[in-house]
Order: sequence, then structure tokens, then C-alpha cells
Amino acid sequence: MDTDHRPQTDGAVVAPDADAPPAAPPRIDCRDIRVFYGATQAIHNVSMSFPDRAVTALIGPSGCGKSTFLRCLNRMNDTIENCRVEGQILMDGQDINDHSIDAVLLRSRVGMVFQKPNPFPKSIYDNIAYGPRIHGLASGREDLDAIVEKSLRRAGLWEEVKDRLQAPGTSLSGGQQQRLCIARAIAVRPEVILMDEPCSALDPVATARIEELIDELRKRYCIVIVTHSMQQAARVSQRTAFFHLGNLIEMGETEQIFTNPREKRTEDYITGRYG
Amino acid sequence: MTDPAASAFSTPDALKRLKRRRAADVRFRLYGMGAIFLALGALVLLAMSIGAQAVSAATYHVVRYDITLDPAVITPPGEETPEEIARNVDGFWELLRDNLLATFPEANKDRAARMEVSEFVTRLAVLPTAKRVASQPQLLGNAITLKAPLNDDLDLYLKGQAFAERRVGTGAISGVLPQDDGSAQIEGQGAFAPIKTAMMTLEADGINLSEASVLLTSGSSTGRLHDIQSDSASIELLTGTLEAFQGSSATARIIALPEAQRVISDQQIAWTLALKDMDRISRVPRWSLLTNSDSTYPELAGGLAALVGSLFTMLVTALVAIPIGILAAVYLEEFAPKNRLTDFIEVNINNLAAVPSIVFGLLGAAVYINFLGMPRSAPLVGGLVLALMTFPVVIIAARAALKAVPPSVRSGALAIGASQMQTVFHHVVPLAAPGIFTGAILGMARALGETAPLLLIGMVAFVGDVPTSPTDESTVMPVLIYTWSNNAERAWEPMTSAMIVILLAVLLLMNGLVVFLRRKYERRW
Repeated sequence: MDTDHRPQTDGAVVAPDADAPPAAPPRIDCRDIRVFYGATQAIHNVSMSFPDRAVTALIGPSGCGKSTFLRCLNRMNDTIENCRVEGQILMDGQDINDHSIDAVLLRSRVGMVFQKPNPFPKSIYDNIAYGPRIHGLASGREDLDAIVEKSLRRAGLWEEVKDRLQAPGTSLSGGQQQRLCIARAIAVRPEVILMDEPCSALDPVATARIEELIDELRKRYCIVIVTHSMQQAARVSQRTAFFHLGNLIEMGETEQIFTNPREKRTEDYITGRYG
Repeated sequence: MTDPAASAFSTPDALKRLKRRRAADVRFRLYGMGAIFLALGALVLLAMSIGAQAVSAATYHVVRYDITLDPAVITPPGEETPEEIARNVDGFWELLRDNLLATFPEANKDRAARMEVSEFVTRLAVLPTAKRVASQPQLLGNAITLKAPLNDDLDLYLKGQAFAERRVGTGAISGVLPQDDGSAQIEGQGAFAPIKTAMMTLEADGINLSEASVLLTSGSSTGRLHDIQSDSASIELLTGTLEAFQGSSATARIIALPEAQRVISDQQIAWTLALKDMDRISRVPRWSLLTNSDSTYPELAGGLAALVGSLFTMLVTALVAIPIGILAAVYLEEFAPKNRLTDFIEVNINNLAAVPSIVFGLLGAAVYINFLGMPRSAPLVGGLVLALMTFPVVIIAARAALKAVPPSVRSGALAIGASQMQTVFHHVVPLAAPGIFTGAILGMARALGETAPLLLIGMVAFVGDVPTSPTDESTVMPVLIYTWSNNAERAWEPMTSAMIVILLAVLLLMNGLVVFLRRKYERRW
């Protein structure tokens, strides 16, 4: 089923993943999500689902709750004091907020890339190897080397860094750092990758590079991306959801949202009337 | 006002405001420079006053003795084992004293003179020699050369720090006429006029010379002058021979301070000058400051026991305060929920850091010594007391360092599935480590300089032996400084300064370590 024998930049071919996730859309199903910061409600009864092997973009004006919603999907909101999440988020039919699910294991299946590239202040190699090490994914040094190489290849960074794997991750350029973070997320074999405005700190060239990468990754993962750039949403996503003031206003095929929105508010936003 | 741009920049109102703003700028810079200048001035003053004293204590005078290790004195019958030899300090000391008596036959004349010569060297000064001979019995009966520290008062005299003394050269002395009473009449055309001139100058300065001593020295011979006229004077020989003055130009020393008010007599000065002339006195670096323990004799005292005591104390403090402080900080900063209780704890840790150190001393005396029955005066108790004092400082510094780690590092680690503990110990703590260790070492430096709490737990006792474990009786460097500064003898003053310099050197070393650690491990992110 995993047929994307992706040609690498150096012409080599990577063997198909035995552990690639099976296609079973929708990957994540959210029902009636409500998020509260103390007494303030940030998300109001949002229900939506994310298909596998597709990119879903979350757009909306600042403060509309799209990042908060994204962080529900890997329970990063747990780390925020006073933050409470209600409703069901089903993954493989299981509620990820259930007590029986450990956030640590969940996060190894749902990776995340942040707005600002945040490589660990370690070597490039250790940045990638850290996740597989703590999750016990590699059985030996060679295995680990293979994971590091494969992850860097998938993130399109291998050719640029293969000669300096021991250099600090922070010595890379911003765009390379962000691809390193993507490689780091891929290395723990997630099924879902969450991206919180991954290009907002990058220049247009690096942004284009990341967008190409997202398009590649779409073949294997369920990707949810928060973005402020509607052009980016239009370019990379198959589905788009528009958030406003903590409400999901509209969700649909990207083309439909951008050409023929059903809601007036969506139209106003994408035509730049507010936001 | 034809040019609109120029007018916008130069309205009188704006110019006036600009001038005021510039003036405020300049004023602030001047205040800043003034503050730095004041601080530097204070620092230079401190360094100079302590440094000058310490430099004088960094060297001292030792006297060379060529003695024969007479078995009759060193190993009297029944006291021949090495232990008994090492303990026979009196025997060795007698050899030194007899050596001096042989050098200065006039010292044999009466008991008082013998006492005066005895003061040249303290009994304990021969202890190292006694130990050496005990370990090498083959030395018995042989001639050896040893150097023993000169009495501290004579040492100060030679350094010119004892009392005011005016030195003048005389003209040529042409005749020496011994008198019946043991003194002699010395003559020379205008030979003593410089002395008279100097004395008149001193008296003109308001110095009372009615009981002054005037000592005349030529070579190894010294005498006391009376009835000084321009061409003649009466000399009372203290040591050496009268012949030494015949035809020589001697040096006269005018000492205004009456002999009765001095700790050293004219006779002792004469002998010291003679030993110096014989090249038996040399000024050497005082390594004993670092290799000897405390002593009641300043010329023998050193800071080794206090240094080791400080080391043991710091060891205990570090072992207790640093792990507890760092772990408490990590828990409070990374794991503890933010609620009223943790706020309350935080406030109280800050308060704890501000508690006067002597209160910790009282606590230590009450809890560790009275309640838990730990040994008095021991580095163990001192270290625990200082640990109580240090760990709030460590907590505060470590929390600040942890707070400074950007949250993106935590999110990054959490997002790939690291547990909270893995996140903290693999990513956050390593990044905060330079800051944490800076805080820890600065806290330790503060503890190293602490005196008050240690006084209360009995670490102020006189300690003559180097402690070998944290439960031995011991003292620490700042307490030793405090003790020495209370001693009456003049010689302790430079010794105290020297000890302060040693303490400051240790502190500088610790601060240097902080800078080194920062440079080495500080990463940018």
C-alpha cells in the first residue's frame, strides 16, 4: 500500500516503510470540543474531522483559537496551567483525553512543529536521535543511524547536513532548522503531524521549500497546519477550516472555501475585509 | 521659515526641550561614572591597606644556626626512641640557645641576659627539626645547619615596623679609651656632630628624647652612647669589641621610645644587628603561612588548619546545599502546581535568604549540637549550618536560571513525546546549568566568608592540628582572621592581612571558576 518510492535529491531510493500507518480516513474525529482558560472559553463546540494523507489548513484571524484547537490534538494544552479541554477527540476510536491514554505515547503518534524553529541545543544527529532513543525505536547504533538518515531525507535536509551531523542544530539557517524540526517529528514515526504556523518565521525561499516538503509528507501522514497566510493554505491544503472567535465557521474542500465560501464571514476574511 | 524641513526641526520650543534632554543624559552619565569611580576608589584603598600589610607578612626573618646534634642533649639516657626525640623540643631548643650564648659571650653574665637571648627563638620553632632528627637518627652527633624564625618583635624591628628610629652616619672615630667602669670614651674630630644635629631636629619636631637610646654600630659591634658631644661620647658596649670602632665610621640609631616601653631591649637590638652583620639572618618567603597551623607565636602561626577546616566545611555545605537547592528549584519551577501553597513557599524561601546568618548559627547550636548531639567545633556542623544559609540562595539562582530557558525547548521536547522528567533533565537543566552553577558557587563563596554562625557553634576555638575529617575540631579562615585580629601583639596585624589576602585569593579562585564555567558551557539558543 505504501507505494511512494520517493526519488531522493541524490537519486537514491528509500525502501517503503513497513511501519507506515494504514490508510483509514478520517484519522482524527473531534466532537464538541470546548476549551477554557480559567473562566474564559476559547473554543466553542467545535466538531470536525481530519482525513488521513491529506493536509487540513486552519485559518482565521489572530486569537480565533486555531492554535489552541491544534494543541488539543496532541494534548499540549495539558502543560498550560488553568487550561481545560472538554469534548471527545477520537483517534482509532479512542478518546485521546481518556485517562487510559498517556499523553507521552499520544505525542509519539501525533508530532508537532512549532512556529519558531526550536531545535534542541544539541548536534543535528542528536536532535533527530533523541525521540527514537527515548521511545526505544532503535535497537542499536546502526539502526539509529538509519532512522536519522531516513528522517533527514524525508525532511529534504540530508544532502545539506550529511557531512556535519555533529554540528549543533542551532548552527543551521532558519529554514533548515525548521526542516530539522520536521525531521525530528518524523523520526518518532508519528501518524499525524501538527504544524503551528511553521513558516511564519521564514523567508519566502525557505517557505517554498517547506511547502514542497509538506506536499511530499502528505503522501504518508495526516497533516494539520495552522497558517496566517491564505495563499499558503490555498497552496498546500486539501481541506480548509475557518475559525472565528473560537467558533468553527466553515469547513470544506480548500478550493470550495477559497472560491465559493458558503459563509459571509469566511468570504470577508479571505477577501481581506477583516482579520 | 522658507524651508519647512528646517523649521520643523528647529522650533525654539523643541530646541529647548532637546537641550534639557541632553543635559539629563549627560548628568546621568556623570552620576554613573562617579559611582564607578567611588567603587574603584574604595577597592583600591582596600587593596592597598591590606596588600601593604600582607606584603610585609609574606616574608620574615630566619636565623641560621650551625649546631652539632649532641646526643647528650638530644637523647638523654632513657629517652632514645624516635617518639621521645620528636618530643624533646627543649633539648633542641637548648642547642640553639647555647649556640647564641656562644656567639654572644656577654649574654652569660647574668640571668636577665640569658632570658633576653632566649627570646630570640621560641621553643616550638625547633619542632620540625626534632621530627626530622627523629626520623633520621643517623644525624645524631653530626653538625647540621638549620634556620629558625626570628622572634616576631625583632622581625618587625628589622622590617622597620616596630617603632620610629633615626639612622645617621658618624664621622671617623680616631680614639677609643676604655674606662674603669667597663665603658669607653670614644673621640673623633666632629665625629658625633651629625648625631647631635639629628637629635636637635627631632626635638624641634616635638619628640621627647630624654630617655632615648642612641646605639652606635660598627660591624658586629654595638654600644649605647651617653654624653654625646660633637667630638666625643661615652660608649657602653652591648656586644662585640671596642676595637671595632677604632678608625671606623659607625652608624648611630636614635630610638626615641624609652627602652622600658619597648618589647625589645637595646641589648636584643644589638644582638640582632650583630647576627645580621654575620649574615646569619635572612629574609625569606613565609611559606609557613600556608604550611603551619595556628600558634600562639606569630612567627610560627599559619593558616593550614583553617584552610583545611574551610575545605571540609565547604565540602559538607556543597554536598548538602547544592543537591537540595537544585532539586528543590527544579521541582518548584518545573513540576509544582502554581497555587497558594507554592506561592507561600516561594515567599518564604526568599525570606530565608534574607535571614541574618547569626540566626542560623543559633539554630545550628540548638538543633545540631544540643538536640542531635553532634560534635562541637566540627566542620560537619559548620557545613550543615552554612548549608541552611546557602541553599535558599542556590534555589533562587537556580530558579532564575530555569526560568530563563525558553519555553520552546520544553514544548519541543514534550511534542516528540518526552516525559516531563525527560524534558526537564535532558533539555532544560543542561541549558540552565551554567546559571545554576554560578548561583551555587556564589552561594558557596558567601558561605566561605561567613564568620558569625560559626562562632556560635564553637568553631572559634584554637586549633593547632590540621583536621583530618569533618568531625575533627576545626576552625575556618574567616574565623581565624577574626581570632588573629583580636590578638594583642603587633606582629599579628600583618599576619591578619596576609590571611585576608589568602581568603580573598580562594574567593577569587571560586569566582574565576564561575566565569570559566559560564564561558565553557553557556550556549545561545
